[in-house]
Amino acid sequence: MAALSGAGSLYEVAAAAESEAVPAFSSGSPKRRRRFRWWRLAVLLLAGAYFLIPLYAGLKFSLQDVSGHFSFQAFKNLPSAPGFTGALTLSLKLALVTVVISTIMMVPTSVYVHLKLPKMRRVLDFVTVLPIVIPPIVIIEGALGAYPLWLKSSPYLLSLLYVILAMPFVYRSLDAGLGAIDLKTLTEASRSLGGSWLTTLWRVVLPNIRPALLSATVLTLALVFGEYTMASLDLWTTVPVWIAQFGQSSDGNIQVAASMLGLIGTWILLVFVVSLDRSQSRRSRKKWGAS
Amino acid sequence: MSKSDVVTSDSGTSVPGSEVTTIKSTSHLRRAIRKVGPTLAVTPFLIYSFLGLGIPALGVLYYAFQKDKGGWTMHNIHLVTHGVFLVGFENSIKLGLLSSIIPGILGVFLAYAIQTSHSNLLRRLTTTASGVLANFGGINLTFMFIATLGSTGVLTYWLNALGINLSNVGFNLFTFSGVLVVYMYFQLPLMVLVITPALGGLRPSWREAAENMGATSWSYWRYVGVPVLMPSILGGMLLLFGSAFAAYATAETLTLGLIALSPIQIGNFMNGNVIAGQVNVGYAIALGMLLILSVTMIAYSMVRKKASKWLL
Repeated sequence: MAALSGAGSLYEVAAAAESEAVPAFSSGSPKRRRRFRWWRLAVLLLAGAYFLIPLYAGLKFSLQDVSGHFSFQAFKNLPSAPGFTGALTLSLKLALVTVVISTIMMVPTSVYVHLKLPKMRRVLDFVTVLPIVIPPIVIIEGALGAYPLWLKSSPYLLSLLYVILAMPFVYRSLDAGLGAIDLKTLTEASRSLGGSWLTTLWRVVLPNIRPALLSATVLTLALVFGEYTMASLDLWTTVPVWIAQFGQSSDGNIQVAASMLGLIGTWILLVFVVSLDRSQSRRSRKKWGAS
Repeated sequence: MSKSDVVTSDSGTSVPGSEVTTIKSTSHLRRAIRKVGPTLAVTPFLIYSFLGLGIPALGVLYYAFQKDKGGWTMHNIHLVTHGVFLVGFENSIKLGLLSSIIPGILGVFLAYAIQTSHSNLLRRLTTTASGVLANFGGINLTFMFIATLGSTGVLTYWLNALGINLSNVGFNLFTFSGVLVVYMYFQLPLMVLVITPALGGLRPSWREAAENMGATSWSYWRYVGVPVLMPSILGGMLLLFGSAFAAYATAETLTLGLIALSPIQIGNFMNGNVIAGQVNVGYAIALGMLLILSVTMIAYSMVRKKASKWLL
């Protein structure tokens, strides 16, 4: 919000995004800048309409009863809708397992690659973009064809595959987080003070990349709670599968309500995580200042 | 592990960035571990990726050439390159192209508008929103759009009030055109996410240099901005193509599996709608999708290499 002043703000914004500070020369005629702003306003308004109208429609549908009046009926009926609790429990379990596996695997890997194996970054970049390229439907088809039966019959097969699907977000998030801190200095300082690698990872690196870790976790949660393809084809009734199946039998408002709840839940989680982290980092900075 | 390491690290301080040098107490074994150690730390990740991505891909490759009850055959491939399955590929490619080029171009404008806005709040908000929305495909999106553009949808109602009947314009939410509009909802944020770092890499000094030499805003973009950004834009579009070409959940739930797209056809096979002699045709479709996506991926990596020339 600081840069509402106007002059040279394009440069300020661009400069802020760069790692090295580039002096912000102000230039260009005021006339051009004004035209600019109208154009920008139009784009933002159009995009805003496109993204907000469906949200509004979804909310409106989920907040009305059968006769079209405002009510919380759909949300109230949701927990008691047949099969919902089962689906929610399954989704929660899958989410937990996915987040744990993904964190345990991805954090040490990306830290090591940043610190010791910069050459491997290209390999990691490549591998972690593969899940975006290889469609989930192909992965689940191949998995159900090739994996042994004991694995196919477990719901946690989904968790194992969700870790793969989450890799692009998790890695990119951690990669950005690690790039933003002076990892080398931090680890060298910790090591020279006698910290083992585990201590360094746990007490020095991890607290410093907490925002990245949190956003990775939230994105993973959003993925698990929204994933339909694999779950439906693997015949497990997770929340999204339940929503699709439920609608074919009865009340459509409950469906929309459940969808909106999914979206709103994700947003609240995200905002909560961001604010929590910001207050935490402020507190730690204060502590540093005091000592 | 700790005490001797401290000494070794200190002994290497004169050469910044060098590998830690040895002292007497460090055994050969330890040195070997230290040398291989970091590589070992990456192996769980590589093994996991192979098991999770490589094995399914190999499974697809294997079954695509198998008869119903075993034995090699080219019949599946023949079926997939003709008739209804070929139409599936054509539709999927058409959908992929349309929903990568349109949101690709719009996404650049949107990202630029956001980036050059004076509001930090707006930027933070849209980054978060893009992160959520880009992953917001599937079932939730379907029902949101049914509430918006379905026969009793909010926007349908508004447009009717303005005298516009969507089905007269040729739009139906539950067909190809509807799928395209719905896909934009996650494609556009994805493009914004992909292109924002590239926009941030446009150096102010380039613009200043151009202006010092008398360039107008148009000529700056024509000769500097767009050429520099072009590889990133193309790269973003290729990602969007892959994402639309591969998407299953949204199209499946929106059209109830009645649209002829390759992923939907695979889903139909997996749901058990199979004629004798075609049990493994689904794998052949998957193989075709993998081939098309590999070409996309290769193009993407070439474009990315170009992009990193100017934008780091």
